[in-house]
Amino acid sequence: MALPTDDNADTASSTSTYVHKLPEPFTTSDLVVLTQGAEGLVYRTTFLTPNTPCVLKYRPPKPYRHPTLDKRLTKARLLAEARVLVKCRREGLQVPAVLGGDWEDGWLALEWVDGRTVREVLDIWVHKLGMRARDGKPDETTGGASEGDVEAQKKEQEERLWEMMRKVGRAVGRLHEIGVCHGDLTTSNLMIRHERSTQPSSQPSTENVRPRGRQTVSTMREAAMNGEGPPQYPSADATSRSNEPEDLLEGAIVMIDFGLATQTVQDEDRAVDLYVLERAFTATHPAAEHLFQEAMRVYGETFKGAKKVLKRLADVRLRGRKRTMIG
Amino acid sequence: MIALGLEGSANKLGIGLISHPSPNKPPIILANLRHTYISPPGTGFLPKETAAHHREWIVRLIKQAIKQAGVRIEDIDVICYTKGPGMGAPLQVVALVARTLSLLWKKSLLGVNHCVGHIEMGRAITHATNPIVLYVSGGNTQVIAYSENRYRIFGETMDIAIGNCIDRFARTLMIPNDPFPGYNVEQYAKRGKNLIELPYAVKGMDVSFSGILAAADLLAAQVGDTVAEDKRLKTEEGELVTKEDLCFSLQETIYAMLVEITERAMAHVGSKQVLVVGGVGSNLRLQEMMALMARDRGGSGFATDDRYCIDNGIMIAHAGLLEFSTRVTTPLEESTVTQRFRTDDVYVGWRND
Repeated sequence: MALPTDDNADTASSTSTYVHKLPEPFTTSDLVVLTQGAEGLVYRTTFLTPNTPCVLKYRPPKPYRHPTLDKRLTKARLLAEARVLVKCRREGLQVPAVLGGDWEDGWLALEWVDGRTVREVLDIWVHKLGMRARDGKPDETTGGASEGDVEAQKKEQEERLWEMMRKVGRAVGRLHEIGVCHGDLTTSNLMIRHERSTQPSSQPSTENVRPRGRQTVSTMREAAMNGEGPPQYPSADATSRSNEPEDLLEGAIVMIDFGLATQTVQDEDRAVDLYVLERAFTATHPAAEHLFQEAMRVYGETFKGAKKVLKRLADVRLRGRKRTMIG
Repeated sequence: MIALGLEGSANKLGIGLISHPSPNKPPIILANLRHTYISPPGTGFLPKETAAHHREWIVRLIKQAIKQAGVRIEDIDVICYTKGPGMGAPLQVVALVARTLSLLWKKSLLGVNHCVGHIEMGRAITHATNPIVLYVSGGNTQVIAYSENRYRIFGETMDIAIGNCIDRFARTLMIPNDPFPGYNVEQYAKRGKNLIELPYAVKGMDVSFSGILAAADLLAAQVGDTVAEDKRLKTEEGELVTKEDLCFSLQETIYAMLVEITERAMAHVGSKQVLVVGGVGSNLRLQEMMALMARDRGGSGFATDDRYCIDNGIMIAHAGLLEFSTRVTTPLEESTVTQRFRTDDVYVGWRND
């Protein structure tokens, strides 16, 4: 779909005014709105101790829905999400831990994952590699190195990117292997956990700084901890100066947002998961298509039956998501 | 410019005359006539009978519309007809008449997408500039957003349309089809108070109604005076479940599904306006729920009344005239009809936002 998906930029500014009265034990102090989805709101806050950061997913009652139906849906969805997460943890997958929840009040507290989304990292990468290719000459990071060295370095960096894609393929493969389909597998719902702490840029370029949505996790966290008020996200330019992209690719792949996840072993559901992921990657950059193939190659080796899913993916691709409407 | 619009994709035959005085002025509705084929309770409308109805009424209705509008044949610039989607036989009747008139009067011909007709009419009446559109009727259930000269489908039904679900449930309960089944179900629902559990089928931005209809039909078999006392469906409190309760439960469940997928689409594209079009859009409970949701998101909901949201000729004339203004016409040899015509197949050349 060619419609703008930059809901981060658009909704973040409006969400800051959109704070519901939260159920106990949460208060508005130490609270940062990350995003407003259709289902509910996602906050960053603390849980149990002031030093335990967490993600709070709050599903406020929907005034348009019959109260009985509303309770039923909130309970079913909240429990489904929590159960899937717990199952994933038990199987050793990298997903946020469930810290607590209450289906009557509609909240679920999850472990805070420090890192960046794959979408963000890819954006930085595409920007960086694209810039070098366009210049066709060594840039600041390579100094006076010869053309050959630049090529070699570029190759090495690309290899890191390929390695990240293999990790993505493995992670999704493992998820499907244990009988879970994510339901909304986009690059924004895949994170790379920060293994080491990176310093924020000392001189963020002010002109490009603007608030964003859920992508901003690590910067937002830093900002919140330093008490800097509304979270600011340094643009790709600023970030690539402070964080070498190579560093961004280190760390485990963590899948987040299991709000639409289902427990299923059907090839169709798995293939649709992959199709959504493929479209998310190709939407980021045309070059990402090759990268995605690598992820799928690794996916095909992760579990028995994965090859069958890949065959099904070819069918799903042909069909698209939409059939010709009757009537 | 003046257009004659002929609509007959389902059981409504609509004839409309509209004038677009100039691009910056609002359109003027000259005539908007409709005649509906109503089938007996417990039955639906079938293509053959519906086509016969349209054949019987179309000439009379066109004559009456032109008379009412007070226009001369020379004043008409283009004849617009519904190309699809819809039932084949009724569509053919209307297209045949459109072709005949175009040859007889030497007018341009234009085949219009029925769904785009609904969207454009809704936009013109409500002045909603760029809303998320929920198009709900007996044959269609779609969540639509405009982007780059297309009305793109974000979510839709995986099986039957919502109106079809309501109509068929009305048939099960032997609720009359006059004026239309959805209206009568709405009146029943107003008197219902117990929410009976029905399946809730939302998948991402898509919905499914066939399973809900099957479940509701099963429940309906346990309701009513003809069922033995001990076999009748009761609530947890031991109250007897009524037909009214079932209508209420069906409406609450399926409308909640619609509002949910619409809200998801709004969150996705960051839109604050929502416009409901199509026959089911005349349901006041759906309009109320949609407005509540939009308000919660800091936006607003738009809807039209039954003159414009139920199938009519004006919307075909209006959308046709918009397209005609971009110098598009349908040559005679291409003036066919199609039962399947996707909303996003139409190039929306008249919008440049």
